[in-house]
Amino acid sequence: MTTLTVGERSTVTARPRSPRRRIRAGGAASAILLWVYALAALAPLVIMAFNSLRTEQDLANQPLGLPLHPAFGNYSRAWSEGNFSTYFMNSVLITVTSVVLGTGVSVLAAYPLGRYRFRGRGVLSSYFLAGLMLPIRLGAVPVFYLVNSLTQSMPGVDARFWLICVYAGSGVPFSVFVLTAFFRQLPMELEEAARIDGAGELRIFARIMVPMVRPALTTVALFQFIPLWNDFFFPLVLLRDDQWTLPTGLTRFFGEFEAAHATLSAGLVITTIPLVVLFLVATKQIVAGLTAGISK
Amino acid sequence: MAKIVLSHVVKAYSNEAKAVDDLNLEIQDGEFMVLVGPSGCGKSTALRMIAGLEDITGGEIAIGDRVVNNLAPKDRDIAMVFQNYALYPHMTVEQNLAFGLQLRGTPKPEIKKRVNEAAKMLGLDQFLKRKPAALSGGQRQRVAMGRAIVREPQAFLMDEPLSNLDAKLRVSMRASLNQLHDRLGVTTVYVTHDQIEAMTLGDRVCVLREGKLQQVDTPQNLFDNPVNLFVAGFIGSPAMNFVTAELVRDDGPAVAFAGFKLPVPESVLASRPGLDGYFGREVILGVRPSDFEDAGHNPNEWPTIRVHADVTEELGSEINVIFTIDAPPVEHKDTADLAHDADEDDAAIPLAENKALWTARVNARSHVRPGQDIELSIDTSRLHFFDAGTGLAIGHSEVAKAAATA
Repeated sequence: MTTLTVGERSTVTARPRSPRRRIRAGGAASAILLWVYALAALAPLVIMAFNSLRTEQDLANQPLGLPLHPAFGNYSRAWSEGNFSTYFMNSVLITVTSVVLGTGVSVLAAYPLGRYRFRGRGVLSSYFLAGLMLPIRLGAVPVFYLVNSLTQSMPGVDARFWLICVYAGSGVPFSVFVLTAFFRQLPMELEEAARIDGAGELRIFARIMVPMVRPALTTVALFQFIPLWNDFFFPLVLLRDDQWTLPTGLTRFFGEFEAAHATLSAGLVITTIPLVVLFLVATKQIVAGLTAGISK
Repeated sequence: MAKIVLSHVVKAYSNEAKAVDDLNLEIQDGEFMVLVGPSGCGKSTALRMIAGLEDITGGEIAIGDRVVNNLAPKDRDIAMVFQNYALYPHMTVEQNLAFGLQLRGTPKPEIKKRVNEAAKMLGLDQFLKRKPAALSGGQRQRVAMGRAIVREPQAFLMDEPLSNLDAKLRVSMRASLNQLHDRLGVTTVYVTHDQIEAMTLGDRVCVLREGKLQQVDTPQNLFDNPVNLFVAGFIGSPAMNFVTAELVRDDGPAVAFAGFKLPVPESVLASRPGLDGYFGREVILGVRPSDFEDAGHNPNEWPTIRVHADVTEELGSEINVIFTIDAPPVEHKDTADLAHDADEDDAAIPLAENKALWTARVNARSHVRPGQDIELSIDTSRLHFFDAGTGLAIGHSEVAKAAATA
């Protein structure tokens, strides 16, 4: 019985071998390609991590190399002498507040745009969409003058607060765009069921609708978080140097005639780690958000 | 519990099409009322108006002794079950069931008690901590039922709650729904396009077409005494056979069609006042498939016709014999509407040379094969006669009543 099936199987597999091999060869090629790409993408990160553990002397002799005698001095130097403790706190404060504010505003704007029919809805949607068409850096000069005059007329308010406002506003168009689409595709019956259950508009929004777009919320929050965390331009333009964030803080390691490469690497690692952690935590939610609607 | 009264209810949209047109319906306390009709007949709109999800353009809806026209859905004390269940996907079964009660400020121990009772009744005890995504279709359906039950409302409104289930589950859920209604005795309005569901579930069935009420009656009465061609063709599966025929009085009253001539019993003439006025005129004759019998196998006194079986459908206990008769299919607005609806559900059988296709349901012991000739006897005491112009049943008590008031 068993020999029979084995014999059968071998005759069956004999024929389709050539196409299968082609598939396998194609698979191998694409796997190699992907690995090369992954290595290319990861190499700078690995070099950065290695260099952060080596001494300046070592680095000067040999720019690329393994950290044979790992030293954490670079980190403590960056953290205390390089002022990274302050920059880190600034970065966290500014980015998190901006994202929370921006997402909060976007959810409140996207819900009526996605769920209600009212006069001027189209115009309002276009208004938000228009925000996507213009890169915010085009407005750098007016933003600078605006913030400048605001800080002068209201000396009590920190410039970081105005930066947060700029940041929060800059994320709104994209977030509204994505969230509106998500709110729109939620079935009408859910809302009706909740209404019959006795929920009012606010409760339907808060208890039914917002929890259901949570994957989208994570996605838009992360999509706001990354560019803001990495942003170099606006902190440089709008903030005094004791208010700087991590990307601007990194420039402190470039002197006029020399650069502290090892300490810079440590600073870069400190800057990168929160993003990596965030991605690892939120990947599942993001995938759910980006692929929603592909299948039922 | 309460009775629901719809009087002269109208729903019109901006383009002047009336989704519901002057609907009058009195649903008794504790009654299971089924609204049935082809798609677009206004049954769902009517239900949604009772629920308060749709504005009422005209007329009045009362639940209990309150006119609810301007009440919000939550103040109408009704619970609704949706076709796609509309469970809250981010809540567990328990939270889904409790949500409505929490919003109404029901005390916690009471919520727990009611949720547990409902879960037990529906066999959902072990799923309380699960989310809807982790449930099968049938289980989700039961959660949707449970959400309505825990509320202990005046009335249940159900919008095609079984249509997302597969055929087998639908049958068993139908039985559970029946039991549930017997047990709770809550007034229920149930919308479906499936006439079998309507017949098996309803205490009374209300047939709608294009927003207009056609007939409200018990399932058996709808089947036996349809008020017009539309109801006759809609209720019953396989559908009633129609043919244009002539009433003649040569040697005793008879009906002639497609080369056949069937005697019409005196009792039929007596029970349908006005039918004798149609002698010598065209009528539309209706014969239920179940009123045929294989004469060769089951001899009786009934008159017979000899036909050629084109197709047979063996259902185990019965055989559907499909045959053509030598007459064109009936062309009437009512039958056209039915054919249009059937196109959406089942593939229509192509008509052979513009001849009417009839179906006879005979006992399986008949063993008739396709291509064979078969002698069919017809229960002539159950013939249906319709006016060829209006499509109304001749001599029907409700038609007579309507004519008297008009």
